[in-house]
Amino acid sequence: MPVSSEQESYPVAQFRKTYFEECAELLDALQSNLELLSSGQEDDETLHAIFRSVHSIKGGAGAFGCTDLVAFSHTFESLLDALRDHKIAASQEIKQLLLRASDALADIVNAARLEHQLPPNFAADTSAAMLDALQGAGQAFEVPAGSAAVETKSLSEQRYRIRFRPHTEMLKKANEPLLLIRQLRKLGVLSTEVDSSSLPALAALDPEAAYLNWTFTLDTAVPRGAVQDVFEFVEDDCDLDIELVEVAAGPVEAAPSDAGGAVATAVAAVSVAQSIRVDVDKVDRLVNLVGELVISQAMLTEQGLSLPADKYPQLIQGIEALAQSARELQESVMAIRAQPVKSVFARMPRIVRELAATLGKEVRIVTSGEMTEIDKTVIEQLNDPLTHMIRNALDHGIEPPAERAAAGKPRQGTIHLSAAQRSGRIVIEVSDDGRGINREKILAKARARGLVPAGANLSDDEVDDLIFLPAFSTADVISNISGRGVGMDVVKRNVQALGGRISVRSRFGQGSSFSLSLPLTLAVVDGMVVSVGGETFIIPLVAIVENLRPQVSEIHPVVGRGHVLALRGEYLPLVYLHRVFSISDAIGDPCRGIVIIVQSENAGRVGIVVDELLGQQQVVVKSLEANYEPVDGISGATILGNGRVALILDVARLHEIDIRGTAGRLPASEDSRTEPAKDMIHAA
Amino acid sequence: MTKRILAVDDSKTMRDMVSFTLKKAGFDVAEAEDGKAALNVLTGGKFDLIITDLNMPNMDGISLIKNVRAGSQHRAVPILILTTESDGAKKADGKAAGATGWLVKPFNPEQLIATVNRVCP
Repeated sequence: MPVSSEQESYPVAQFRKTYFEECAELLDALQSNLELLSSGQEDDETLHAIFRSVHSIKGGAGAFGCTDLVAFSHTFESLLDALRDHKIAASQEIKQLLLRASDALADIVNAARLEHQLPPNFAADTSAAMLDALQGAGQAFEVPAGSAAVETKSLSEQRYRIRFRPHTEMLKKANEPLLLIRQLRKLGVLSTEVDSSSLPALAALDPEAAYLNWTFTLDTAVPRGAVQDVFEFVEDDCDLDIELVEVAAGPVEAAPSDAGGAVATAVAAVSVAQSIRVDVDKVDRLVNLVGELVISQAMLTEQGLSLPADKYPQLIQGIEALAQSARELQESVMAIRAQPVKSVFARMPRIVRELAATLGKEVRIVTSGEMTEIDKTVIEQLNDPLTHMIRNALDHGIEPPAERAAAGKPRQGTIHLSAAQRSGRIVIEVSDDGRGINREKILAKARARGLVPAGANLSDDEVDDLIFLPAFSTADVISNISGRGVGMDVVKRNVQALGGRISVRSRFGQGSSFSLSLPLTLAVVDGMVVSVGGETFIIPLVAIVENLRPQVSEIHPVVGRGHVLALRGEYLPLVYLHRVFSISDAIGDPCRGIVIIVQSENAGRVGIVVDELLGQQQVVVKSLEANYEPVDGISGATILGNGRVALILDVARLHEIDIRGTAGRLPASEDSRTEPAKDMIHAA
Repeated sequence: MTKRILAVDDSKTMRDMVSFTLKKAGFDVAEAEDGKAALNVLTGGKFDLIITDLNMPNMDGISLIKNVRAGSQHRAVPILILTTESDGAKKADGKAAGATGWLVKPFNPEQLIATVNRVCP
């Protein structure tokens, strides 16, 4: 909508913002549907949905004067239109062309959004290919007209005679003769003659039928076209004869009847859930407020417990009801922010396509679980690590086609991208069927760089983990593609900042699989409140398998690895929390305290030795990074009902810290790594 | 009496612009994002005009028009379709289904109001 600047109060900027937000969604949908098409789903619904995305992008582009975008999307749309009308077959070449066009469209949209100038002839080859395809199919291609020049040339006064006989059809379409007459009158001096001769008697009158016809005489300075325009909407539903009285008038030009084109029946089967668009800031504010509410509610609950229940039964009932509602409220609010990972996944096929072309590799990407939902804040941070992992798999994992063929693999490599929810976390996996990690090479490089002591004996997993070390950039590992100055260590750091973990499994010659495990939300945790000495900790409930107090006979020492607990034929390492955090007044004996069995991704099941269980509670996570500094073994802090700060344990790290502590020095000695944690506790 | 208009478009941008312009011009505007939603809104009140896009998921504009004309309480209400310049065939389809008139995208606020006044008694 080329909006004139006089319309000051017309919030163009705001509409523009909405438009580009919408474009992002439309491009995502376009991409997904094109993927479906590529994978052989060629039904009408898919074709219609693809068309609609481009159509909507074009519609808005005109409104904001994005000419490049209008031109390109118009060509694109024409091709899609021909495709959905089955005038062009969805051949492999056409599908490839559509994917290319979709990529180019995304770039053009982006340039328009940022108001960047595109290089001249941007995507000209793609446009040309689309036009060729259209012409090849004998499709006429209309260039979109600019804003139609309005005839403003003023003429000397002329007289028209207009005979107008509406059909019943015209009235059925809610065209009102009176409105037409009013419009005619605006053009000049109008005299009207009505012929009511065909009007039946009242009893026979059909109130929805047309019986009248008119003859107008119009003295006006406007050209004939303007007079005809008054009847623009009704010309097919009436008899109309416009005659220039003063000049010998020819017959009225026949109205251009345009009956070509099938009736659009674009009723897509894809049902779209009703939604409203809300500013993320508003949701975040809501989340924070609910967090505060939950803390206040926890405090109230705690106070309520100390009251005699028989004296204040209603107050206590009220507090319980409040706790229930607060919890439900919190869950609902968190659900608002949850989004399917699809939005991130949808960007990956393009990256694969482009990079595969650059590297001369044949790669397909298969995605699954894209409807898995995760907190929006997590999703936003997911793009970069995921992109890097995909690039990494393509660059280092997948071999060139010839090499694959020689190894007896299909020429085309496969990257599998999947998401799934597992025990309160989301697990995203990027796996490829490429060459896998060359451990000898990695180890040799690491030794050469002094990252691994010469005599050290590393397990396969430990070797694989070397790729996450900072500064592990060797010419063989980092190329200009996945390198770009960012190593896997940065990916790991980014993921850890999200409360996530990354791990790799690899089989030489058969492929690698990177696994990202992320919390569903960063804002709330269901926790078990435990005490160790005078300190209180929270253990995330999702990690807890069971709690028990073992017999002395079930605890066995293991050289260099502390103690293990024999549990139903299994041996689980024990982690002494008082030792990890150097707490002096703890019980420290699992047979007098409690062992909490937790499941962690990297260390399997581990028993955490604490003094006492204090109860179960939902806690609002406050970041330690934001309020203090990161502490190993601690994933965050929270405020308990009594107003005290409690630290939330990062169970996956505890075992490692404990091993390092016991392997390197005596249990009694202070572990400098845990100093900050200790300070923090006392500061709280 | 304030005239009530229902704006139907799957594009939030278009709905926003149409709605803003018309509200500023003193109309009362309701919105729906596809034909189905529009039919729902229509059952809940009386409208003086419907402005609808044609390409929409769930139920497109043509089906919406046919539905409204097929005997609802709004069968005599004017319906404007939003169409693009290259869509000559679409205009004809819209008219055949019972549309009162059309508005060619992109349009400016003045054109929108002029067209609305042209069909809305």
